[in-house]
Amino acid sequence: MLGYAVRRLLGAIPTLFLVITFSFFLMRVAPGGPFDRERTLEAKVLENLNRVFHLDRPIWEQYFYYLGNLARGDLGPSFIYRDFSVQQLLGNGLPVSIQLGGTALLIALLIGSLLGTIAALRQNSWVDYSVIATATFGITVPNFVVAPLLSLIFGVWLSLLPAGGWNSPGSMVLPVVTLALPQIAIIARLIRGSTIEALRSDHVRTARAYGLPTRMVVVVHALRAACLPVISYLGPAAAALLTGSVVVETIFGLPGIGRYFVQGALNRDYTLVMGTVIIIAVFVVVFNLIVDLLYAALDPRVRYD
Amino acid sequence: MLKALIRPLLAGAMLMSAAGFAAAETTYIRGNDGDPETLDQHKTSLVAEAHLMRDLYEGLVVYDNKAKIIPGVAEAWSVSDDGTVYTFNLRGDAKWSNGDPVVAEDFVFSLQRIMTPETGAKYANILYPIKNAEAINKGEMKPEELGAKAVDDKTLEITLAQPTPYFLELLTHQSGLPVNPGAVKAHGSDFVKPENIVTNGAYKLVSFTPGDKIVMEKNENFHDAANVKIDRIEFVPFEDRATCVRRFEAGEVQSCSDLPTEQIKSMKERLGDQVRITPYLGTYYYALNQEKESLQDPRVRQALSMVIDRQFLGDEIWAGAMLPAYSLVPPGIGNYEGGGAQAEWADTSLIDREDKAIELMKEAGYGPDKPLKLELSYNNSENHKNTATAIADMWKAIGVDVQFNVRDLSAHYSNLRDTSDYEVARAGWIGDYSDPQNFLFLVESDNTGFNYAKYKNPDYDALMDKAAAETDLVKRADILREAEALFMKDVPFVPLLFYSSLSLVSPKLVGWEDNIQNVHGTRFMSISE
Repeated sequence: MLGYAVRRLLGAIPTLFLVITFSFFLMRVAPGGPFDRERTLEAKVLENLNRVFHLDRPIWEQYFYYLGNLARGDLGPSFIYRDFSVQQLLGNGLPVSIQLGGTALLIALLIGSLLGTIAALRQNSWVDYSVIATATFGITVPNFVVAPLLSLIFGVWLSLLPAGGWNSPGSMVLPVVTLALPQIAIIARLIRGSTIEALRSDHVRTARAYGLPTRMVVVVHALRAACLPVISYLGPAAAALLTGSVVVETIFGLPGIGRYFVQGALNRDYTLVMGTVIIIAVFVVVFNLIVDLLYAALDPRVRYD
Repeated sequence: MLKALIRPLLAGAMLMSAAGFAAAETTYIRGNDGDPETLDQHKTSLVAEAHLMRDLYEGLVVYDNKAKIIPGVAEAWSVSDDGTVYTFNLRGDAKWSNGDPVVAEDFVFSLQRIMTPETGAKYANILYPIKNAEAINKGEMKPEELGAKAVDDKTLEITLAQPTPYFLELLTHQSGLPVNPGAVKAHGSDFVKPENIVTNGAYKLVSFTPGDKIVMEKNENFHDAANVKIDRIEFVPFEDRATCVRRFEAGEVQSCSDLPTEQIKSMKERLGDQVRITPYLGTYYYALNQEKESLQDPRVRQALSMVIDRQFLGDEIWAGAMLPAYSLVPPGIGNYEGGGAQAEWADTSLIDREDKAIELMKEAGYGPDKPLKLELSYNNSENHKNTATAIADMWKAIGVDVQFNVRDLSAHYSNLRDTSDYEVARAGWIGDYSDPQNFLFLVESDNTGFNYAKYKNPDYDALMDKAAAETDLVKRADILREAEALFMKDVPFVPLLFYSSLSLVSPKLVGWEDNIQNVHGTRFMSISE
C-alpha cells in the first residue's frame, strides 16, 4: 500500500508539470496584460514596469525563468499585489479557506449521511420525500442567492451573527452554512441511493438472516458499502471546498484564496493564477489518492500491491 | 483537524475580549473599494490606495475635508515671478512616526525615487512638469539632475520646466507624498511592511491582511495629533459593493466608498441621506476612432453625439448615479472660471436634435437604405452593457446598425492602447487633479496613450500649447474653453455622463464632507456615540 502511494505521488509530478505548462501558456494567450487597466499607462512607464517584472523577455525565457524559480519553491511576486509574494498571499489565505471548507465538509458529511440513511431506511415515506425535496432544493438554489440572503436575515434583520468580515468565531457560521448546504444535499442523495442498494444486497441479507440487530446490520454492513460512492465524490469535492469559494468569499468579505483564482485571471496576475492552479492541482491529486486508499480499506475486493 | 479548528476559535475569543477591554478607544471601520495593489505611494494608482495614503502620509500641501488645499508639511510657499520656481518652507514640528524630523532632503529623495525608471511608478508622469523629470523617468538623465533641491533642512526648492498653474494641485496626489529614506534604504521594497514602515501622516500602519483589513493607529508624532480624534482605523476592502451595504446596515462599518447602482433607489428609501451621491471629477465617454473611414466625417460624429438621450442614461440606466454630460470637462473643476464649453445643441429638445441628426446623416450619405454599420467595443460590466444597448437603440433612429464587441477590462484597454482595431470604444476618465488641462490633454495629437480617437487637429494642439504658456489663470481658462469648444465641434469623443462618487455615511461619523475630489482624510473626522 505504501509503495502504491509513493508510486502515485511520483506519477503526479508529470501531471503537475503538464498542468503548469498548459496554464502558463494559456494565461499568456489571453489578450491584455497585468498593467492594462481603466487607466492606460504612459508608454515609458509601461516599459519600466515590464522590465521590472521580466515581461520584456521572450515568452519561452519567462517560462524557464518561472520553472527555475518554482523548482526552488519560489512562486514569484504577484504582478498586482506588489507588496506580497504569491507564497505570502496564498499562505495568508489558505488557512482561512481550509478552515471554512473543512468545517463545511465535516458538517455536510455528518448531516448528509444521517439524513440519507434515515431516508433510505424509511424509503417512500414522508420522511424520505421531505429529505429528497429538501436535498433537491439545496442543490438547485445557488450559493450566490443563499449567501446574501443568510447575511441579510441573520446579519442585518436579526442581528444574530456578523453580516460579513473575518473578525470573530461567529464570522464563520454563515459562510460555513452556505458552503455546507449544497454538500449536505448531494451527500444525502448519494447515501440514500447507495444505502437502499446495499440494504438489498446479498451480504446484508445474510447478516439479517443471522439475526443481527438492525442497528448493527445498517451501521456495520450496509453503511460501509453505502459510503463508497460518497467517498469517490468527496475526492474532488474536498479539493474544491478546501481551496475556497469565490462567491462565498466575495459576498461575506473573507480573506481566503478562492477570490484569487478569478480575480487573478481578470487582472492577468500571471503568477497568482499559476500559484492557485498549483495549489488546486496538488489538492486534487492528493485527495484522489486518499480516496483510492480509503477504497482499499473499506472494500475488501479492492487491493493495491 | 480538531485542534486546527479550535485554535482559531480560541484566538478569536481572546481577540474579542481584548477589544472589550480597550473600549475607550474610538475605532472607525471604513469600507474601501478593494485591497491596495501596494502601500508604496510611488507605485500606487487606485482610488482605494489614495484613501489609505491620505491617512498614512502628509505631502507638502494636503486637501482638507472640503477638498481645499491647505498647508501640509510645508507651512508656507512662494512662487517666482515667472512661475517656475516654488520654494517651500517646511514646518518645524513635522516628524516621522519614528520621531525623526521631516526634512527637505526627504522630499528630494522621494521625488528622485519616483522618477527612477527601476521604481516602476505608474504615476511618475503626473510630476513630469518638474524640470528634467520626464528625461529621468525615460532613463535619459540621472535622478540627481531633477529640479528639486534642499536649500537647508527646512527649505525645499522645486524648479519646473515651464509654468504650471495647477502644480499645487499635482502635489496633493499620492505621487507627491514623501517616503522615509531610512526605511527605504534599510528594507528596499519591503519598507511597506508594518514592521518596517515609517510614516509622517496622522496614522501609522499596524497590519495589512489582504482581503481582510488594513489596520492603522494614530501617529502620536504627527504635528497635529492633538486634533486627531479617531484612534484607530480598520480599512475593509469590499470587492462586492452590496456586501458593504449589508455590513453598513448591520452597524458593522461606518462608511462605504462605493455603492451598487442597481440598489440606489431602494437604498435611498431605506437609508435616506446616509446615501451620498456627489458630483465627481470624471467623464464617461465613447471614443470615435478617426482612423476608421466611417467616422472621418464630422457630420456623422456630431449626429452620433446629438441623438443620445443622456438624461435617460443617467436616470434610468445608472439610477441617478451619473449626470448627463454635454461637455468633456466636468462642472465644478478648478481653474475654469466661467465653466466649460457645452455642445451647441445642449439645450435643444431631443426631438429637434433627432431631426437634425437624421439630416446630418443624410448629408453624409447615410439613411434607411444605406445604414452606417458601426462596431461598439466596451469592457464587460452590467452597466456598460445596458448603456451600450440603449445607445445602439438611439442610434438606430438615425440609421446606424451597431455590432457589439465585448472584452474584459484588461483585453479592452490593451486593445485601445496597442491597436487601432476598433470604431466606437467605451472609456472613462477620472481627473487626477482639479484642472481642465487634465481632461483636455486627452486628445492632444501627441498623446499616444489616451487619444483613443486618434484625433489630430493642429489648431487644437496650438490652443493647448498656448494655454500651457499662459500664467494668467483667467486668460488661460478662456483659451482652454476655446479648445473645448473646438472639441465639441469635432467630437473626437462623445461625452455621455459625468461620474458621481457614491458613498454611505453613518450619522455617527462627524466631519465627512461631500466634495468633488472625493477626499475624506480621517484626521478631520470623529465618531459620536
